[in-house]
Amino acid sequence: MGLDLRLPIGALFLVIGLLLAGYGFLSSPGVPVDRWWGLVLVAFGALMLGLAYRGRRG
Amino acid sequence: MTHAHLSGIDYAVMLAYFACVLGIGALLKRGVKSGNDFFLAGRAVPAWITGLAFLSANLGAQEVIGMGASGAKYGIATSHFYWVGAIPAMVFVGLLMMPFYYGSRARSVPEYLKLRFDEKTRALNAISFAAMTVFSSGISLYAMGKLFNLLLGWDFSVAILLSAAIVLAYTVLGGLTSSIYNEVLQFFLIVFGFAPLVILGLHAVGGWSGLQARLATVATSHGFAAGAYTHAWTYLDQPAHNPIGVERFGLVMGLGFVLSFGYWCTDFLVVQRAMAADSMTSARRTPLLAAFPKMLFPFLVILPGMIALAITGTGGASLVPAKLDALGHPALTATGAAVPDFDLATPMMLVHFFPAGLLGLGITALLASFMSGMAGNVTAFNTVWTYDIYQSYINRDAPDSHYVNMGRIATVGGIALSIVAAYAASRFNDIMDMLQLVFAFVNAPLFATFALGMFWRRTTGHGAFVGLASGILAAALHHGLTLPAGAVTGIKGGFFGVVATYPSELAQTFWTAIWAWSTCFAVTILVSLFTRPRPAEDLKGLVWSLTERPKDGALPWYKRPLTLGLVVLACTLVLNLIFY
Repeated sequence: MGLDLRLPIGALFLVIGLLLAGYGFLSSPGVPVDRWWGLVLVAFGALMLGLAYRGRRG
Repeated sequence: MTHAHLSGIDYAVMLAYFACVLGIGALLKRGVKSGNDFFLAGRAVPAWITGLAFLSANLGAQEVIGMGASGAKYGIATSHFYWVGAIPAMVFVGLLMMPFYYGSRARSVPEYLKLRFDEKTRALNAISFAAMTVFSSGISLYAMGKLFNLLLGWDFSVAILLSAAIVLAYTVLGGLTSSIYNEVLQFFLIVFGFAPLVILGLHAVGGWSGLQARLATVATSHGFAAGAYTHAWTYLDQPAHNPIGVERFGLVMGLGFVLSFGYWCTDFLVVQRAMAADSMTSARRTPLLAAFPKMLFPFLVILPGMIALAITGTGGASLVPAKLDALGHPALTATGAAVPDFDLATPMMLVHFFPAGLLGLGITALLASFMSGMAGNVTAFNTVWTYDIYQSYINRDAPDSHYVNMGRIATVGGIALSIVAAYAASRFNDIMDMLQLVFAFVNAPLFATFALGMFWRRTTGHGAFVGLASGILAAALHHGLTLPAGAVTGIKGGFFGVVATYPSELAQTFWTAIWAWSTCFAVTILVSLFTRPRPAEDLKGLVWSLTERPKDGALPWYKRPLTLGLVVLACTLVLNLIFY
């Protein structure tokens, strides 16, 4: 279909993850839950982007 | 009730989602060149995507909010919607029904009915289905506007017009593909938005054992045995022993067999997702792959409701607030007790447990589920309208591009009608109950028509049509003669006089469905025996006995649909036993 769905999913979760983690670390007094969950989302987003990248090469 | 406050970070998360959704629509527009692309996603979507879309097409507002509400009302027994209802039905549709849907090259469920039976059966289904999709997308819109108004203080009209505009933009641009892609996106948002809610909630009540202990207190105060909210089967021996008010036969037949099979096997909204798959094997694996995450969904959507009940019922924060009437006063039952608003259980949990940031993610997940539920209805509506009504009865021989344009116009029209339906819904108090009822009326008898049509060659068009009509009539009669305990005669039943009462609305719906299905089944057989069947050569590819079995021999054994189906059923059995 011309668009690998893993690309937008990866991008969205990477962005949301960075937003949450950034807020969790930088805001004072800091939000531990946002920190950890943001990192989980970043990992998931990166995984999806990685899969899309591998799919494009293969 | 005071409104929750969203901060900048919450809005940033929401904006990221909107940008992504519109970006997908814009990117997909280049790929839409023919009617096949717009309405069937070019039949080129891989199984993992159609599988997740199949799953999340019905993961709209009714599911996320409704399952949380039922969790707060009925406890873990709500999971029967999954472990007795959806999963076996999904295995059935994948193994036995998909060969006909995908193999007959029909473009919609009504079109299959035309190929198998006749024009009038198709017309009955096409029109009732088109009306149902507009209504449910309107109700979904209304529920969203009301929820965000209550929870966040957003303006009702702004909330529904904004989300309608976004859904319009991406479905007009990319058609079914766009809708499917966004459903998959929304699936992940729900998973990642609700998983922390369950984790934080369970942590707060002391884990599963803490939840059990708290719900035992709630159960005894309601006059049930201690485990009534935390055991799925044990207390189904008698209607009076469980909060649903139903016994095993009514549950398995009504919910499991008739309602769930009726929904998953005949509702074009979900079937359309599998029909977009890139091959017969993918089409058959679509519902089977969807079943794996589906069986874990009770933990994501039902547990929040149960946790809300546990916290509210043991003296904690009030997470199941009283329902307000049109004037903003608490609604009271006939005995003067406050009516709990179970629909608010899940949203209240979000507000209670999530800090700024995570709250934005949770609200975005809710918003996404409302919007993708609406998009699913709208794409199913534009297909049925364009192929089964417009092309069949209004303009038969136009070029393909004409129908793509018509599909886009139908999308705009469908959304406009949904907005009208949303405003109409705000004038009625019990419109949600009404919708549930329509589903029981329309889908339950339809499943009998399909089962007979696909597996009994002798079924005739007249039989199907008369059977379907009498099934709907039987549902109306049963509903008109019975009433759930404590309800007032009217939309909830009893308008022909009350012959029997049921302990709960759910129990009444189950039996309405059972009656509708049995009547349709019996009448269809009877009329078919007295009318002339179609010659066998017309039915090739449409009936089990005259269709070549799909060959899975080339696939490794672990990829075959049958293997997948058996694994799914085994896992579901284990879940049932764990929570017995």
